[in-house]
Amino acid sequence: MKCRKCREAAVIEIRRHNAAFCRDCFLEHCNRQVAKAIKEHDMCLEREHILVAISGGKDSLALWAILTDLGYATSGLYIDLGIGEYSERSHKFAVDFANTRNLELKIVDLTEDAGFDVSGGARSSHRPPCSVCGISKRHWFNKVASEGGFDAIATGHNLDDESATLLGNLLHWQVEYVARQGAVLPATNDGFVRKIKPLIRLGERETAAYCVLSGIDYIVDECPMAAGNTGLAYKAALSVLEDFSPGTRQMFLGGFLSHGRERFFGADEEVRLVSCRVCASPTPAADDAECAYCRLKPKSRHSGFSDG
Amino acid sequence: MKVKMRNPDRIEELDDVRTVGALLARLGVHPDSVIVIRGDSLLTKDQRVSDDDEIELRPVVSGGAS
Repeated sequence: MKCRKCREAAVIEIRRHNAAFCRDCFLEHCNRQVAKAIKEHDMCLEREHILVAISGGKDSLALWAILTDLGYATSGLYIDLGIGEYSERSHKFAVDFANTRNLELKIVDLTEDAGFDVSGGARSSHRPPCSVCGISKRHWFNKVASEGGFDAIATGHNLDDESATLLGNLLHWQVEYVARQGAVLPATNDGFVRKIKPLIRLGERETAAYCVLSGIDYIVDECPMAAGNTGLAYKAALSVLEDFSPGTRQMFLGGFLSHGRERFFGADEEVRLVSCRVCASPTPAADDAECAYCRLKPKSRHSGFSDG
Repeated sequence: MKVKMRNPDRIEELDDVRTVGALLARLGVHPDSVIVIRGDSLLTKDQRVSDDDEIELRPVVSGGAS
């Protein structure tokens, strides 16, 4: 197999592009796809300071590397969720990456800084661990970005993640979620910092390949909390379709973002936001002025964790 | 050859496999679900492999909620 661009020996084939690439042309391809996604969706400007959400996995570390290569001013944010050895290892990958590239990495330790970990939060709130994880991460991303004066928060959601989320939302006709799913979630006057997803043109096989070919070590192990996650079932279903017709994911998500999403506008009622009475983060007025994150915390006190 | 597989970590020992495609077929692994690593580079499914090779099949699907 030859590289489509330079005819050297290829190291990876990407069926949806009907192409194979050598190492250098593949890394260039990844950078170009991210640059294209940023431009296509007006995600951010060159002078802006971006907070990159870092998990220690392939997507977030590839994202941080590519944004840095493209010349963006970035800092990373790693949140230690207290998931035993998994968190210890992912923490180390995040720190090693930042140190190797001389980049700033901010660290939040959920147990120390908030008084509960994901398991404790899940037990006391009767929410699934993935829900507690998501609520906690969204809270801290926004808090650190807002207090640090960042222009945007970049997350490592890729083409496979976003197409699986879209499929799940459509299968359940969660039209308000469909209307809100986008490559960019704009900043609000109420305190939400803009969120961007620069990897939406890259599949997770590409981000894994990017890391290996760039010499980036990342945590390969799956989060032990993720087993049985329905997102995996939607990914598997899309893989069958992708195998039958390469490019299906790109058409599904790309078509939605370019001309499908607007048809759902209005499905999400405009929500009036107020400041959370506990932490001052923006939260829907209907939630008794206490945000979802803070509603996790008091219940966690009963499980023996200190207040944070 | 020695083939390192993940989640859970294990080693498979195989002989008489000529190409990456044949290796994946022998192990029942879909080519799009992994990257195939030899040394610090990747292999496409048409590339030849030998009994002396040490290869890692690294899964690429991650499952956290988005």
